[in-house]
Amino acid sequence: MKRITLFMGHYGSGKTNIAINYAHLLRGSDKEVTIADLDIVNPYFRMKDSQEEMLREGIDVIALPFANSSVDLPALPSQAYSLVQNRSRYAVLDIGGDDRGALALGRFTPYILEENDFDVFFVANFYRPLTTTAADALEVMREIERAGGLPFTGIINNSNLGAETTAETVLRTEERCSELSELSGLPIVYTTIQEDLAEALSDKIPNLLPLRLQHRIFDL
Amino acid sequence: MAEKVLMKGNEAIAEAALRAGCRHYFGYPITPQTELAAYMAKRMPKIGGVFLQAESEISAINMVYGVSSTGKRVMTSSSSPGVSLKQEGISYIAGADLPALIVNVQRGGPGLGGIQPSQSDYFQATKGGGHGDYHLIVLTPASVQEMADLTALAFDLADKYRMPSMLLADGTLGQMMEPVELPEEEPHIIEKPWAVTGTEMKREHNIINSLYLVPEVLEKSNEERFERYKKIEEEEVRYEEYMMDDAEYCLVAFGIAARVAKNAVVALRQQGIKAGLIRPITVWPFPKKVINEAADKVKAFVSVELSMGQMIEDVKLAEECKKPVYLCSRSGGMIPDPEQIITLVKELEGGNN
Repeated sequence: MKRITLFMGHYGSGKTNIAINYAHLLRGSDKEVTIADLDIVNPYFRMKDSQEEMLREGIDVIALPFANSSVDLPALPSQAYSLVQNRSRYAVLDIGGDDRGALALGRFTPYILEENDFDVFFVANFYRPLTTTAADALEVMREIERAGGLPFTGIINNSNLGAETTAETVLRTEERCSELSELSGLPIVYTTIQEDLAEALSDKIPNLLPLRLQHRIFDL
Repeated sequence: MAEKVLMKGNEAIAEAALRAGCRHYFGYPITPQTELAAYMAKRMPKIGGVFLQAESEISAINMVYGVSSTGKRVMTSSSSPGVSLKQEGISYIAGADLPALIVNVQRGGPGLGGIQPSQSDYFQATKGGGHGDYHLIVLTPASVQEMADLTALAFDLADKYRMPSMLLADGTLGQMMEPVELPEEEPHIIEKPWAVTGTEMKREHNIINSLYLVPEVLEKSNEERFERYKKIEEEEVRYEEYMMDDAEYCLVAFGIAARVAKNAVVALRQQGIKAGLIRPITVWPFPKKVINEAADKVKAFVSVELSMGQMIEDVKLAEECKKPVYLCSRSGGMIPDPEQIITLVKELEGGNN
């Protein structure tokens, strides 16, 4: 695991959930970890529900200064520099907002490239309407790369249908994800699956990353 | 069956509108509906449509007025403060008997309010909103699937009755992600012989106008319009009943509040209290009849809303003082939780014993 791991991808592809789970994974192997939500486009702070638990486990959380404050102002927190400058801690970055969101990352890109100890994972959900094919996903990938100035180093297949996800849901996307892998020349580093379905897929898909999902308030 | 996709509510509206044949979108960004405009910006140029970010909401609604005059399916979307700005144009569209879809992904108010979900534009949506005697057909989705389904229906109804329709959603539904099955069928084409499309010297001019300086003529146009409204009230009421067969307490809730209320109904029944839910899907026309009939059977109504209590007035009018009507609500961007509803109904049950 590299010192800095960035999660980028199309709107609603599942970056935040994966970033949170990844931070827990790092923390579980006794790493000092900081996680940051750097989505300047969407003014909601989506890590809020998991924040308390992360803090309890000793994961540092950096949020946008005006997130969830009803002030719709795109601004990066000053602490964000510690992510690239303090090399003693692992950093997990959740970069939302498509290519426009990735633009904000640009100011940190020179530091990240100079240190050269990073992974940039493209999070793909082939059930999202604008990325249902490998070609569409590749287009989004290139847009984000151009805006953020960082090359992707791997793909995470996070294909899901929310509460209706089954093992079959994930299996049906394997082919498309392999195609994306071929088109981009990047490895599929993980295929995610919600925790309770992990067993059903353990012998079918390599590099499974079981995810704990955020709590749902209503289920009907 | 089409493969399901995972969508945000705002995206589902946009995609459903495209599939309903809408190729003209005019809007101005505002949280929490911006994904709708963003989706249109991405897709319209690829399918030969028009996405235009106007300089203001007022400008956008007047572009809608213009395009609708030509008989094309057209829409705009915004959130509460932005929809207030559009009211003048909506009144003109209603006065000119034009179809159009207006989407309101509501946020807390009044004023600039906040960006969290709300249902406090109910009065504005159902009682006209702008000046003059008119209504909109108002559809209230309660899931991302319905965001798509009701968008298509809203276009059809608007065309059928030559009037603007509104999709009245809220920030939660706009932002939440759920699996959706998108309609595969071709859009319904409804003939528009009134449209301004050029006469080619073969017919009389079609004139789109809302100005009637002769009061007798204006009155007549209002009366004709209200004849149409009467027909809509008879034929286009839509609602869902949930566990109402033997219900003693009838929750009435639409949109996201109905999702919360459903959970409360199940929990109350597990505790031996017979609760049920009537979920209006159209809030204009309002499902008066089913509520009035329920009033003969239930002990009380509870209107569950994300406002200080607006729909409750329609519930009271519908049930004609037969049974008490209580309010269970939060406002300003807060959402009632099932527990709040359960506590209220249990108090009522205690009082009845």
